[in-house]
Amino acid sequence: MDIGIQSDVFVEALSAIGRGASTTLMLIAVTAVAGLVLSTLAAAAKRSVHSWVGAGVTAYVEVIRNTPFLVQLFFIFFGLPALGIRLDPIYAALLAMIMNMTAYTTEIIGAGLDAVPAGQHDAAKALGLKPYIAFGKVILPQALVVIYPALVSQIVIMMLESAVVSQIAVRELTHEADLWQARTFRAFETYFVVALVYLGMSFALRRGMLLFGRRFLSGSIS
Amino acid sequence: MIEFTNWDIVRNLLFATRWTVALSIAAFIGGGAVGFCIMMLRVSRRNWLRRIAAGYIAVFQGTPLLLQLFIVFFGLPMLGLRIEPWTAAVLGLTLFASAFLGEIWRSGVEAIPTGQWDGSAALGLHRLQQFRLVVLPQAFAITRAPTVGFLVQLIKATAVTSIIGFEELLRVSNAINNATFEPFKVYGLVALIFFALCYPLTSYVRVLEKRSADSAI
Repeated sequence: MDIGIQSDVFVEALSAIGRGASTTLMLIAVTAVAGLVLSTLAAAAKRSVHSWVGAGVTAYVEVIRNTPFLVQLFFIFFGLPALGIRLDPIYAALLAMIMNMTAYTTEIIGAGLDAVPAGQHDAAKALGLKPYIAFGKVILPQALVVIYPALVSQIVIMMLESAVVSQIAVRELTHEADLWQARTFRAFETYFVVALVYLGMSFALRRGMLLFGRRFLSGSIS
Repeated sequence: MIEFTNWDIVRNLLFATRWTVALSIAAFIGGGAVGFCIMMLRVSRRNWLRRIAAGYIAVFQGTPLLLQLFIVFFGLPMLGLRIEPWTAAVLGLTLFASAFLGEIWRSGVEAIPTGQWDGSAALGLHRLQQFRLVVLPQAFAITRAPTVGFLVQLIKATAVTSIIGFEELLRVSNAINNATFEPFKVYGLVALIFFALCYPLTSYVRVLEKRSADSAI
């Protein structure tokens, strides 16, 4: 057995995993940031502006939460071109992930906002804070502390769910695995190793974000 | 070239929905049975049994469902079993569901106050009787909302089995789309059918949650 060839294959496999994993992490990073911003706006709008805005947000959340992510992805990637909107796979994947994420985190952030006692709103008003300053400086930070662990779980779930974007040929971790197994005919071994990589990533992502939260969010996060 | 009328599309999708429903039910029953065992291990008095169950749950909750299905689909033949998408789909989703249901019910068992254990021990019940007569009925009652909520997750998860070739709703819709070139309509209808399956359950979860919140006050 030639050790040289063996180690070449090993290096090649490692670089494929590294490429795929970094794309997966990029997808989830963009999704998490965009999703959190959008869902904070949606949750706040639902609780303040006209009732028809709230109804719109509720309808959006229900539609997304009651249909599979894969169907949403296909609808965006294959369906939108019928309306003249053609997206690259990676942008279609990001759009689908952000839309999906936003629906779930709108619910989570909304629950956090509802958990802030009414007295905090009154106190902020009594101090003469403008509504958006009261929201940004008083209400939202307290809400975030309560819901942070739930947000972390949702981000990890979305990262795992992003494996299906391999189906529209986005070159993330699962797609690299698909290519590798097609070349080597070692499907079981390939997917097994890649599953372990995902397991490590979800573990590290959860731990990392919880550590980050403990460090930078006021109050205690378990 | 076969012409598809709207009715043909809808009819074919509805026929395929049978398989989505059948798979959801099979995986929920299978996952419930295995999940029950996982839950019992998870609340065992033996440390190593609890560890094994916790590891099982961490593995299935920490890896993508798609990869779990691939591993089952490509792993079964290595054990000398024939690959049928249906078998792989049911087995894969059963394992997936068992981890989540096991964890949900574990949280229910651990939410039961120790007084219930002490009280039932004082009545002379041994541990299995304590579980069967006192703890489990209460644990299942308080976890009804998350259990139904997980059923919604499971119904949506069946769409992923289209990737390993199981002919459920999404896979049939891919075929219809390839014949009609009307992705907007076809995937829109698929989303509508999934919504019709899931929304009543989601609403029921909300009723259950409200009921338990009211009774907690």
